[in-house]
Amino acid sequence: MTAVRKSLLLHGGLLIVLFGLQFVLPAYHHGNLARIMVLASYAIGYNVLFGYTGLLSLGHAMFFAAGMYGMGLGIRFLEMSPALALLAGLAAGLILALVVGYLALRTVGVAFMIVTLMFAQALFLTILYFGKWTRGDEGFVIQQPERVLWGIDLSDPVNRYFAALLLFAVCLLVSLWLIQRPVGRVLIAIRENQERARMLGYDIFAHKLAAVMISGGISALAGAVYGLLFGYVGATFASVQYSIFPLLWVLLGGAGTVLGPFVGTLFMFYLIDLSSALTTAHMLIAGVVLVAVTLFAQQGIVGELRRRFWRWLP
Amino acid sequence: MTLLSTRGLSRQFAGLHAVQDVDFDLPAGQIRALIGPNGAGKTTFVSMLCGRIAPSAGEVIFDGQNVTGLPAHKRISLGMAYTFQVTSIFANLDVAENVALAARRHLRGAARVRGAVDRALEQVGLADRRDQPAGDLAYGHQRLLEIAMGLVQAPRLLILDEPTQGLSEGEIEDFVDLIKGLSGETTILLIEHNMRVVMASADHVSVLNFGEILAEGTPDEIRANPQVQAAYLGSPDA
Ligand SMILES: Nc1ncnc2c1ncn2[C@@H]1O[C@H](COP(=O)(O)OP(=O)(O)O)[C@@H](O)[C@H]1O
Ligand SMILES: [Mg+2]
Repeated sequence: MTAVRKSLLLHGGLLIVLFGLQFVLPAYHHGNLARIMVLASYAIGYNVLFGYTGLLSLGHAMFFAAGMYGMGLGIRFLEMSPALALLAGLAAGLILALVVGYLALRTVGVAFMIVTLMFAQALFLTILYFGKWTRGDEGFVIQQPERVLWGIDLSDPVNRYFAALLLFAVCLLVSLWLIQRPVGRVLIAIRENQERARMLGYDIFAHKLAAVMISGGISALAGAVYGLLFGYVGATFASVQYSIFPLLWVLLGGAGTVLGPFVGTLFMFYLIDLSSALTTAHMLIAGVVLVAVTLFAQQGIVGELRRRFWRWLP
Repeated sequence: MTLLSTRGLSRQFAGLHAVQDVDFDLPAGQIRALIGPNGAGKTTFVSMLCGRIAPSAGEVIFDGQNVTGLPAHKRISLGMAYTFQVTSIFANLDVAENVALAARRHLRGAARVRGAVDRALEQVGLADRRDQPAGDLAYGHQRLLEIAMGLVQAPRLLILDEPTQGLSEGEIEDFVDLIKGLSGETTILLIEHNMRVVMASADHVSVLNFGEILAEGTPDEIRANPQVQAAYLGSPDA
């Protein structure tokens, strides 16, 4: 079996399992999984830039929030339909990614991390500053009637799970497709040896900018869908915390693997969920496990599987 | 026809004149060896040709076009290819993927890329290692991989910076045959320390010393030139 067939089977298989799980999962986990799939989509977006292109951003919450607020403000003030609002969220993320990418990519390494962090902080403070419209920290709720997309009520758990799965499937397949395409291969080449890629005739800046936009676009779409599915838009999603989360998820699951973002998000979600049932010091448990994984599985869970068993894993 | 020329090309590093006022002309189809002692400025000179580093002064003309202001990737798309003196490959990627990355910039379609990759790997004798991670190759084989990455681009000007460094005797002989097989279609600028390779493959030789062109001529003329001998050829097979 060729590597392409195997990977189609694996990723298609995961999507089928996720589809089937909704019929057997108890309500609590059913709801969790919907949330995890949306957050994993965000992580997939992050992984395009961090895992595949080798650029570490500390400000991705700005893209997630741009999508969420683009969607939320569109519904709240422009009375957009949910479909149009999702597009508005995506557009907001893409425009922001273009501007931030264009400026931040003039720096490298630690400076790039700092610049992205600063841009994200600027957006966070802007959201708080315009509290009159954004309702700042408190955020605002998107009412149930505003969440009916093409006659489908997205506040209903079954529909919500479905929508989350659809988003996740699209993001997963897009990232899988991207890294098999010549342009995705160039991103990997830039991560592996930028100077070599440049001297093979590739325009490094243009490719990195494209990576920021794809990554920011996916993140924004995830943010928009998150707001729509769970009916809430708030400034927390623009905070530093939400920039760190996707980094942790991707590191845990395996940077530069297609499945890593999902595995990492799932793992960390339940790690915090289970440990908080046991003790109030749940962040301590989560921290210890994180340290253990980074010590013993340096390439993340899926990364280690690839290193040890399945070299064909994309 | 002249494929590449430079006029007054210079580069200083903090006051050090690594390359000084070099006028250089390379006719299309020629195999030109660039020789000179360590630190003579050979790598700096070719790096300015392909845009890897910017000159302090002077200009580079490629195929009648002044390319001095063009970034590296644009010069490469005009048909230059460059292989590094210090091996620079994608160590974590497969051998074939390394070559494919070099091929895809000018070839479209998986089948065509694959064909070109197979041919280039065949030419350097790495066909049976196509699915190994490039980092697992022995040093000499990594050098050959670099050469394959240059060849697969089907460049008009191929710049090779000490390609035979680290190759075995047999591999060096194959390399000379390979280079001679390319003569006529590809213009080659070859930085080379091994004088036997120079004598066997080059049509013409330029000698660089302290950043300046010391002499130019056929291999035999260069070998007989007393100035060159004094500067460089003290030990003929160095
Ligand atoms: N990036 C650099 N910074 C400072 N000095 C350099 C740099 N690159 C080369 N040099 C100096 O320029 C001179 C020429 O170097 P180089 O072009 O590498 O010589 P060659 O390839 O002929 O051995 C040397 O003295 C070297 O130390
Ligand atoms: Mg050198």
